[in-house]
Amino acid sequence: MLRRRDVLRTAGVGALAGLAGCARSGDGPDGDLRLVLANHVWGNAIRKRVGEFEDLAHRRVVISTMTADQVSSTYNVKLNASAPDIDVMMYRPLQEQLLFARNGWLADLTDLVVGDAEYDWADVQEGARERVTTEGRVFGVPIVTERSALYYRRDLVPDGPPTTLEELFSTAERLHDPASDMIGFAGRGQRNFAVSQFSSYLYSFGGDFIVDGRSGIATPEALAAYEYYGRLLREAGPLGVTNMSLEQITPIFAQGKVAFVIDADSVYTNFVDPKTSLVGDRTGFAPFPAGPAGSRPYNIASWGLAVNAFSPRRDAAWQFLRWASSPATVLAMQRDGIPGARTSAWQNPDAGAGFPPDLAASMAAGTATGVPRDRPDVVQVGRARDIVGRPMVAAILGEDFVAEARDTSDEFDDFLVRDARQRQI
Amino acid sequence: MARTLEQENRRLKWTMIAPAVVFIGLMVVFPLAYTAWLSLTDAFGAVNADTRFLGLTNYTDALGDTRRFWPAVGRTFVFTVAAVVLELVLGMALAMLLRRPFRGMRWMRTILMVPLLATPVAVGVVWMLILDPTVGIANAILGLVGIPPQPFLGSVAQSLPTLILIDVWQWTPMMTLLLLAGLTTLPEEPEEAALVDGASAWQRFRLVTLPMLGTTIVTALVLRSVDALKTFDLIYATKGAGGGSSYEAETLNVYAYGITFDYSEYGLAAAVLVLFTVLIIGIVVVLRLRSEKAGS
Repeated sequence: MLRRRDVLRTAGVGALAGLAGCARSGDGPDGDLRLVLANHVWGNAIRKRVGEFEDLAHRRVVISTMTADQVSSTYNVKLNASAPDIDVMMYRPLQEQLLFARNGWLADLTDLVVGDAEYDWADVQEGARERVTTEGRVFGVPIVTERSALYYRRDLVPDGPPTTLEELFSTAERLHDPASDMIGFAGRGQRNFAVSQFSSYLYSFGGDFIVDGRSGIATPEALAAYEYYGRLLREAGPLGVTNMSLEQITPIFAQGKVAFVIDADSVYTNFVDPKTSLVGDRTGFAPFPAGPAGSRPYNIASWGLAVNAFSPRRDAAWQFLRWASSPATVLAMQRDGIPGARTSAWQNPDAGAGFPPDLAASMAAGTATGVPRDRPDVVQVGRARDIVGRPMVAAILGEDFVAEARDTSDEFDDFLVRDARQRQI
Repeated sequence: MARTLEQENRRLKWTMIAPAVVFIGLMVVFPLAYTAWLSLTDAFGAVNADTRFLGLTNYTDALGDTRRFWPAVGRTFVFTVAAVVLELVLGMALAMLLRRPFRGMRWMRTILMVPLLATPVAVGVVWMLILDPTVGIANAILGLVGIPPQPFLGSVAQSLPTLILIDVWQWTPMMTLLLLAGLTTLPEEPEEAALVDGASAWQRFRLVTLPMLGTTIVTALVLRSVDALKTFDLIYATKGAGGGSSYEAETLNVYAYGITFDYSEYGLAAAVLVLFTVLIIGIVVVLRLRSEKAGS
């Protein structure tokens, strides 16, 4: 029979061994590789494949998944404290790259990507490469691309989807009947989150957020885009739309209460997944409808991977980036319906099989005519989005958006002057 | 030279409290002092980046901001006063009902605790589902009685009142429990004497019970007011950054969070937080002074 002292001694040795094991597998250059991923279809897909990398690298991978906003806040808190416990960072190049690079939070990957023939950096789409490059230095690798696409209910528009914005408005208005549980059109209405989707309307009306280094949000083209978007959401959109983003739009479409949605094509599985959607088999996809300046949706590298500059496992982190964004992995992910940033994957006829045919056609159209940004290209993107989103909210609420745009444009000009001073890294 | 017993005692006393002093210094004094220092600089992007000393510029910028800062101050007060007053009134009513023993009292008290156990973010998400203008159950119920659908959190006008009501739903039970604890300590004789003298129920409550419960009420008010002033998670979970598209539910906490994490303007954010701290301390001092005045 074990004596009490033996039990305690065994427990003590076990605890020490456990702690030593933790230290060996968790910390230091040889420890676990720690990933922070956003709750996004790419993150869910890579999680299923990460065992493949663990076998290759003989290293355990620990994944933390959170919403995009939480990811940003986590980086802000941890990297402000030079925390070494994040190795691989999933990030939004258009939102965070300039700021994070300026802060010295991202490891410089230039030599690694350029000097690796097998990795084939030139195979990554040019716009996506530019997006992760700041002042000639590469700070990340693009992993997901996306464009605005029109999601529609095929059973409600048997003659086919609208091809112009005016046609979209008239059809959505005709189908809009909230009393019968049918919303004509649902789109993002939250000031900050809606800006990225609104950009496609702005470009298709011939406008841009910044024109020749100055505010473009009070130009006639921008005012026309604000007016259209406001009218569309006000007259054919759901009640309370200014509190809506993708998280609120997806379920009401999936419940069959909406005829049209315009949002990112990379999240299409959320709209058609038979586990959550009642209308997945009746959902069609079409290119962004044309405005006066044609169909000009954004076409962006929405997510990338970077290496924390304070990580002691930077080499291993790069190995993960190299594997996760390699031609083979991107092709395999694209077959599973995740649009990547490699030309070779897009040119591979097999890769298209991962998408519904009409979505693949919409993606091809968006890639051909798209604009490689969906928000102001500045350091302080959060403040810029708040500023340019204000006339949009005024238009949705039926307020004097022209006065708001003029007022806001002056503020945006001042902001751009201040922001330019902060660009140096 | 041998130490006297008194010297030895003094030394021991400092040794014993040293861990607490160090802990408070690290966890309270340093963050406060660092925040105060940041508020005097142009810290942006990363807090350890090079900064310039600006003096009181961040304070004048914040105090001169009529678009965001002052409306946020106003909303913070409206939210706090409305929520706490409603919670006090309802909490008092419930405490009076639960004061006397009755069958199922334990069950009732347990059920009352349920909202307190939920985290505010979970509460916010659940209420968002209930109040969703298109698929939420609230509008379905309103529809049954012929009331048109309401936007609730999707409306500029209805957002703050809706949030106040959610806060009341969650925190009234806490007020009830605090007041109930106070009520159980009150002697029964004064009320019985009033009853013998022919006082009505309302008179007994207003002239006997309420004055005796004064200290408990002030304590409950201070606790809930400080908590309500700091409310962040519920508002952020339901209205997002900036407290909504027209900043309609942006309180000081949400405003400070936005400047910190969405704008990375740490200097300005620190100034707002210092002003906010001063505001909270001021309110607590006023409530304490009033309590002492009433007590004396």
